[in-house]
Amino acid sequence: MKQDVMVKEVEHVVIRFSGDSGDGMQLAGSIFSNLSAELGNEIITFPDYPAEIRAPHGTLSGVSGFQVHLGKRIYTPGDKADVLVAMNPAALKVNANFLKSDSVVIIDVDSFEKKDLEKANFTSENPFEELGLSPIQVIAAPITTLCKNAVDDQKQATRGRNVFALGLVCWLFNRPLGTAEHMLRAKFAKKPAVLDANLTILNAGYNYGSNIHASVSTYRIETLSAEKGFYTDVNGNKATAYGLIAAAEKSGLQLFLGSYPITPATDIMQELAARKDLGVKVMQAEDEIAGICSAIGASFAGCLAATSTSGPGLALKSEAIGLAVIAEIPLVIVDVQRSGPSTGMPTKSEQTDLMQALYGRNGESPAVVIAATSPTDCFDSAYWASKIALEHMTPVILLTDGYIANGSSAWKIPELADYPEIKPHYVTPDLQPGWTPYQRDEETKVRYWAVPGMEGFAHRIGGLEKDYNTSVISTDAANHELMTETRQAKIDKIAGKLPLQEIIGDEDADLIVIGWGGTYGHLCEAVEIIRKSGKKLAFTHFKYINPLPRNAGEILRKYKKAIVIEQNKGQFANHLRSKVHGFNPYQFNRVKGQPFIVARLVEEITKLMED
Amino acid sequence: MTTETKIYEAKDFKSPQLVRWCPGCGDYGVLNSLHKAMSLMGIAPHRTAVISGIGCSSRLPYYMNTYGFHTIHGRGAAVATGVKVANPELSVWLSTGDGDCLAIGGNHFIHAVRRNIDINVLLMNNKIYGLTKGQYSPTSDRGFVSKSSPYGTVEDPFRPAELTIGARGRFFARTIDVDMKNSPEIMVAAAKHKGTSVIEVMLNCVIFNDGIYDGIVDKEWRAERTISLRHGEKMIFGANNDKGLIQDGFGIKAVTIGENGYTVDDILVHDAHQEDPSLHLKLALMDGSDLPVALGVIREVEAPAYATEMEKQIAEVQAKKPQRTLKEFLMTGEIWEVK
Repeated sequence: MKQDVMVKEVEHVVIRFSGDSGDGMQLAGSIFSNLSAELGNEIITFPDYPAEIRAPHGTLSGVSGFQVHLGKRIYTPGDKADVLVAMNPAALKVNANFLKSDSVVIIDVDSFEKKDLEKANFTSENPFEELGLSPIQVIAAPITTLCKNAVDDQKQATRGRNVFALGLVCWLFNRPLGTAEHMLRAKFAKKPAVLDANLTILNAGYNYGSNIHASVSTYRIETLSAEKGFYTDVNGNKATAYGLIAAAEKSGLQLFLGSYPITPATDIMQELAARKDLGVKVMQAEDEIAGICSAIGASFAGCLAATSTSGPGLALKSEAIGLAVIAEIPLVIVDVQRSGPSTGMPTKSEQTDLMQALYGRNGESPAVVIAATSPTDCFDSAYWASKIALEHMTPVILLTDGYIANGSSAWKIPELADYPEIKPHYVTPDLQPGWTPYQRDEETKVRYWAVPGMEGFAHRIGGLEKDYNTSVISTDAANHELMTETRQAKIDKIAGKLPLQEIIGDEDADLIVIGWGGTYGHLCEAVEIIRKSGKKLAFTHFKYINPLPRNAGEILRKYKKAIVIEQNKGQFANHLRSKVHGFNPYQFNRVKGQPFIVARLVEEITKLMED
Repeated sequence: MTTETKIYEAKDFKSPQLVRWCPGCGDYGVLNSLHKAMSLMGIAPHRTAVISGIGCSSRLPYYMNTYGFHTIHGRGAAVATGVKVANPELSVWLSTGDGDCLAIGGNHFIHAVRRNIDINVLLMNNKIYGLTKGQYSPTSDRGFVSKSSPYGTVEDPFRPAELTIGARGRFFARTIDVDMKNSPEIMVAAAKHKGTSVIEVMLNCVIFNDGIYDGIVDKEWRAERTISLRHGEKMIFGANNDKGLIQDGFGIKAVTIGENGYTVDDILVHDAHQEDPSLHLKLALMDGSDLPVALGVIREVEAPAYATEMEKQIAEVQAKKPQRTLKEFLMTGEIWEVK
């Protein structure tokens, strides 16, 4: 490395790889984040890709990005980038607002010709000036040319531009190339020619960095002292799939998933379909309804059964969820929320399905609702969703969202011995004679599970109301009311089994910040920034939405002021208003399809503290 | 599975619940035939699951002393699919009607058939919506007058056999609701078939569509207007067993044996196992006007069944990959150790 390059020591840094959706930015980004994790950085990543598989080349709508935040004590993929790789003018334009003032921008000058600039609607020949980005440091590398010079196969040269950028970024961050090479070997194991070209290009990118006399600063990022053990990189969808597998393993049940492809939930199905080695049964159904109905059938037949979907799919599944409610069978419904209504913005994230999950069914139809708080928490949440479903004979809706589903972070491979037992609520021989299917544990109101094949427990259940005592079809007025109240009580009583809601930060503050689900990282970071500035602030983040933890009301009423921050128009705030008497919080709501910007949260919370 | 030597009787499959169909409803005949068929099969009630959707026919599980699940409108096939895939050792039945199965549930029905899920579908076709009190169904004939088509329908009906075979169905049979003599045997054949078995039951709704099949099934002319097909046997029918079916160019023709030079040797022999469904479809579409309505097992072709194929695939993958727990699997991925 040249001596005149300044090395910056930083706690954390945000890098964004951006280009055309066919440029391989996701691959470059994920290799870089994985190798950083392997070197001991905490990582949180977030891919931002267009809905179109291949949007018109070089246009604004076709820009695909992958952001990674590395360092110590990080909670989000970061608001703004320290380093941007922009493979074309469109990528530069789309990301212009997400750059820090002293950021480094790496561009492929070969794709910044006049025609490229026009495609991205630039009117001048100086895109930086046009965007008002003049003071930043630019590495204008002729990436396309250098790739073509590096390898003979010109097709591979063009395809390898992302790997050149990766090599250059590795130089910028003092990353040894060994790990990247190892990862490329795994990726292209079956294509030796492609592998060779990529390895050459990777080195070319790295060497270019160390040879240029650009006076950009390079970085040395602090590493963390993580808990000992084996780690892997996991995104929320994979973690959800693994959580279901873990619950099946712990409960000794066959796992069945009935599902239908839908962005951004499809990866859950794909991961489970690949897990035949672990005995998972996955059926890609003909539609969303068949997805859940086959899962209901599998649950009736004794499996840990689940279905995965996103908002529009949850709407299609509503009637069947109602069946699971009245038939009182265990079922996990994963809803990876995306921007709505209707098709909305399929690849963008939101928290707008909360009311649908809570109330989107006909009749009085209570179900458990849980919301995962981070990519890795999807594992725990899926595990707990399964545990509650099996032990309380109820459908459980697990809300994740596009942001945590696709975002990833380093994850310590869990020991299942550390997780609580799962004991499905089976019938026992002592219930005979006289057992009927809606007979309950009078304490928990949970009915007993008899699985086809068990002798002496053949029974009929279904969507019609049943008599509380005899379990036969009933339209008796008093009975229906009793059954309705019983189904509600069964759900309410689950609160007794849930962990208590905790306060993070200053319990004696005046203001409490309240969040739920996938926004945990952003809220946590914002709260930490404010507390570091010496102000007192309390924070609580909900994972159990229905029922709420039993101390929720007590906590919320303690504070002079409360603000609920969420990515919808106030659904959780209203839920709390309806469940906690007299509670009337302030709200901060955003529905932009993008993660919160921490700086904006800090501003909003601080303003409320000072009011 | 265990080797069960117990002999079952029809009453072992009857639940204590009071049956509440209209007096004279064709569903009673199906129920009784099913009790009888199950006793003949010798599979224990607790190893049998009867699934249904919504409609008169879908009340049937309540009257069975087996595991039963009365689900939601049209979705019975999807639920039954899940039951079978979850536990391929169960004997799984779907009790459904023309509205439930072919209108709201059409998608699930064709896909169950396409996947060849090993379930037995009792499709009770009365060409009417009974439980909602008399609207036309997807099998009602063009021009049919009902409460929702006061001037007659302007649409053509589905023909269940055509839909089944169009969805690559491997088993299709037809019977008459009140035919207690032949129905149990047909149901047993359906149950033994590994794959989706569809039995269309020509079923009378005494209240909203009474007598719809009278022109075919009445004792007076049943022998002339229907034909009972049996694999390997000549296609002969008629009150005097003197009529038969022959192939005529691309079509089928009914002839009288001994007339116009036709002898018994000219008569077609039924081959239910023929993979090519063309002739099966022709037989199944005979409507009783020029050609007799075909009863019995029209098509029965072997093919891989979904649930067992899935288990086979799991076994194949497991034979190649040693990991059996989540942790073992995760340790095979891209991991790093913090020491």
